[in-house]
Amino acid sequence: MNKRFTRVLATSIAAAALMGTLGACGKGSSSATTEGSNEITMWTHAAGNPAELAATQSIVDSYNKSSGAKAQIKVQAFPQESYNDSVVGAASAGKLPCIVDIDGPNVPNWAWAKYLTPLKLSADLSKNLPSTVAKWQGETYAVGYGDVALSMFARKSDLAAAGVRVATIEKPWTKDEFQDALTKLKALGKWDYPLDMGTAGAGEWLPYAYSPFLQSFGGDLINRKDYQSADGALNGDKAVEWATWFRDLADQGFMAKKSGKDSTQDFLNNKSGLLYTGSWAADKAHAALGKDLAVMPTVDLGNGPKIGGASWQWGVTSGCNNTDAAMDYLSYSLKPENVAAVIKATGGIPATDGAAALIPAFAEGGANRIFMEFSREYAVLRPETPAYPFIATEYGKAVQDILAGADPKTVLDKAVKAIDANIKSNGGYKS
Amino acid sequence: MTTTQLPTPRHAAAPGPVAPVPSVTPRRRRAGYLREQVSGWGMIAPAAVLLLAFVFLPAILGFGLAFTNARLISPRPVEFVGTDNFARLFTDPTFWRALLNVSYFAVVVVPVQSCLALAMALLINKKFRGVNFFRTIYFLPVVTSMVVVSLLWLFMYRKDGLINEILSAVSFGLIPGADWLNDPATAMPAIIALSIWQAAGFHMIIWLAGLQSISGELYEAAQLDGASRWHQFRYVTWPGLKHTRSLVLVTITIQALGLFDQVSVMTQGGPLDSTTTIIYEAVRSGFKQQETSYASAISLVFFVLVLLISAVQRYLTREKD
Repeated sequence: MNKRFTRVLATSIAAAALMGTLGACGKGSSSATTEGSNEITMWTHAAGNPAELAATQSIVDSYNKSSGAKAQIKVQAFPQESYNDSVVGAASAGKLPCIVDIDGPNVPNWAWAKYLTPLKLSADLSKNLPSTVAKWQGETYAVGYGDVALSMFARKSDLAAAGVRVATIEKPWTKDEFQDALTKLKALGKWDYPLDMGTAGAGEWLPYAYSPFLQSFGGDLINRKDYQSADGALNGDKAVEWATWFRDLADQGFMAKKSGKDSTQDFLNNKSGLLYTGSWAADKAHAALGKDLAVMPTVDLGNGPKIGGASWQWGVTSGCNNTDAAMDYLSYSLKPENVAAVIKATGGIPATDGAAALIPAFAEGGANRIFMEFSREYAVLRPETPAYPFIATEYGKAVQDILAGADPKTVLDKAVKAIDANIKSNGGYKS
Repeated sequence: MTTTQLPTPRHAAAPGPVAPVPSVTPRRRRAGYLREQVSGWGMIAPAAVLLLAFVFLPAILGFGLAFTNARLISPRPVEFVGTDNFARLFTDPTFWRALLNVSYFAVVVVPVQSCLALAMALLINKKFRGVNFFRTIYFLPVVTSMVVVSLLWLFMYRKDGLINEILSAVSFGLIPGADWLNDPATAMPAIIALSIWQAAGFHMIIWLAGLQSISGELYEAAQLDGASRWHQFRYVTWPGLKHTRSLVLVTITIQALGLFDQVSVMTQGGPLDSTTTIIYEAVRSGFKQQETSYASAISLVFFVLVLLISAVQRYLTREKD
């Protein structure tokens, strides 16, 4: 063999070896279930939220140092946008970590796919806010530290100037009152649009924010009797009424078809009079407006105000080889002081009264106490079916099309057809 | 030894004294041939392995999956379902709309972008002070990621964005700007404008390479003959760019058919499906809706389309000697 040939051969081998190593690295970095002894991995979507991540990490640290620790927990954080993809990817490769966090409505889908194992915790979940415990087919698969609640924000001074009463839990606005309030607020001439519904939002925001209106009209995303069809629920008269009402809000000039990127900031900068948003924006709004801020329940469109239930929750994967330790850690993390620490960092609603008592804003008379009541009074879980991720994309697209001017009945019929076909092609999503 | 390494035909045909030479050369030749073969394959190997792993294997898998009911997340076994996915695809109005949108995009972008790129290339194919400055400026959008460009233009296209402000300032408030990306009538044109702006620089470079391969003597001769600027372009430049032309045409077409980034960042296919594209539908079905098999079917149809169109283009721009 001559020199040149040797050199080429060597280069090729080196290249092949390099690729082999890269492949091996890819495997190694996520091998949570294969690693030995006494360490288990936990994945969280909180990489983009330093406060939440730090709170979670400090619970993990205190667990790892505690004498009863059954394993050392290792936290791996992902950005929220790519978190679900990472889990699905890891699951296909059989490399899921022991503990994962999950957006509440996805729990049935992951449980159906056998990613998750039912929880067996020593902590008592019976006192938790119902929307923080995710069940599917009678088993509990995930539990959250808290929830969030949708509401309407306004400046008391604006409402007074327009002659509109402040809505309360005892007496929320009705559909007619809402129309009247918007007309009067618009007449003030202070803003381009008196209402900001966050119509620029995308993804999960669309079903989370707007399906409660549909439910308040009397429609729903799917027939909840057996979760086999959306026909009648999503395209019935009530649903068409909802779509027409929603579209009219834009047509009458009450809200933008596509609002600004940051609704909360727009509201604080006095670009809108009424803001429809979640409890996560409350601390910022309180700080900016102080006593002038009115936090009101959302509108009663016939069947009482509704808001979406369930936020991010924790579950244990079915492939975990140290389930015992994972369950033990979760039970430990649900102690009131731990829950309170995370909730303070995320601006949510604590799952238990025990935790609420440790946060002044949520104690009796506290500024955020009202969100707890919203959650208890109005929360409707997004349909607990493995079909939810599909339903969510179809509904989200329908909302956007309706806002853009499509015929409501046609759009909703199309969504129903797609949802029903999807459920059928998956054998009804029966386990 | 004094013989030359590679025998010429004259050597081979030569008699007597040079007879030993042929007996040596075939072996040498074989060795050289083998060496070239080995180094050739060796050089191809890394690229070939990568292509195999990341292009061909997924493509073959995709073809297979298109005929099953595979899903991204599912505990159910994968079953063969024949052409169900295609039957569903061809009755889906969104798919036909996507096809229409992509054709519209390609029909506008291919001629406009290639002409613009050629014009830019002609402008900077001169020797004057500061030409590199202009080359850089024209090329700058290309090195910027399409996602970043889309995010920036998202702000410019807003109702109170830069473009409407300029329109209103220039027309003294007579032209009320549109809500570019939220109006089914203007959303696709807005995306087209941005896409042409972003990618024209890339094809400008290809045109420029073509222009510089044309011999300067031809222009001198043309000038001596008293040819006007236009005649120089028509009879020297344009024929000289023959090969570059086919290359630019094929690459722009394939890029145009694969429209995705802009749509994903700026409009998510809306409003009213006016900007949805085939790739966007495939990604939406495959990842957001978890329907891997349906997404594979879309991709397969897309693959066949691109193959057909490039084949037709190759045929039309073939060497006609």
